[in-house]
Amino acid sequence: MPDESFVGRSLPAAGPFQVGREKIREFATAIGDTSPLSRDLDVARAAGHPDLVAPPTFSTTFTMPLIEAFLRDPAFGWDYTRMVHGDQRITFHRAIHGGDELFTTIHVDELRTRAGSHMLTLRCEVADATGEPVATTSSLLVTQA
Amino acid sequence: MSTPSNPAAAQKGDELPPLRLHLTRADLVRYAGASGDFNPIHWSDRVARVAGLPGVIAHGMLTMAVAGRVVTDWVGDASLVRSYGTRFTRPVVVPDDDTGALVEITGTVGDVTDSDGVRVARIDVKAVFDGKSVLGRATAEVVLPG
Repeated sequence: MPDESFVGRSLPAAGPFQVGREKIREFATAIGDTSPLSRDLDVARAAGHPDLVAPPTFSTTFTMPLIEAFLRDPAFGWDYTRMVHGDQRITFHRAIHGGDELFTTIHVDELRTRAGSHMLTLRCEVADATGEPVATTSSLLVTQA
Repeated sequence: MSTPSNPAAAQKGDELPPLRLHLTRADLVRYAGASGDFNPIHWSDRVARVAGLPGVIAHGMLTMAVAGRVVTDWVGDASLVRSYGTRFTRPVVVPDDDTGALVEITGTVGDVTDSDGVRVARIDVKAVFDGKSVLGRATAEVVLPG
């Protein structure tokens, strides 16, 4: 049974996550994204970007491991083995680039139990080293009650 | 079906160039490594069946990522995407063979609005596997170039 007292709370900011060029290239390859902006530094800079441009869902590489660690922590009481991903939203305040140092704060926004399922909404606020917002992600995660 | 649209001149109702792709077990393993999501339902039939699934399924985030290519391939620059979201309505079951699961992705310009001097398009994305939609209400907001 998930601990409802977590709702409305946030976890300490995690980071910095260093966005490596090779990680961007690896992720782009894994999703079949052939954009030269994600691979070729000269092309990215010529197009006005400070470094390689990460594909839109790249933030999952550092947000989902943090979410998994929270959900596997017995303190919260979540059944990770039967979890499915219900919904995902990502809002970009700016693109993620190679060389970024990013900090992620998980917010426990909502927990509902309905029709035999626990439905949990976790929001990640991603900011750069100066505190400027980079992305906001929201994940609806579902597990059996 | 209308002619695939030029993003700089995009209008409501335009269709984006569609994508047809096969997700194989190898793709799932590669994505697991790249994303850090090693949940065994994405690589072990045994664990997937214990979880009540017919077999190994693709990561929802992989389906979301490949479906997003219909938008980023079209505008040519991922930094133009302002938001992207979807519901995961059905699993993509990936067989242990050389062909994998065929996923067909389409995108339609749902709306174009002016926002702070730039044109922003809402793209409605559809991803179909085995004759059924696997993403629900998948939409991306993207700044149109030029």
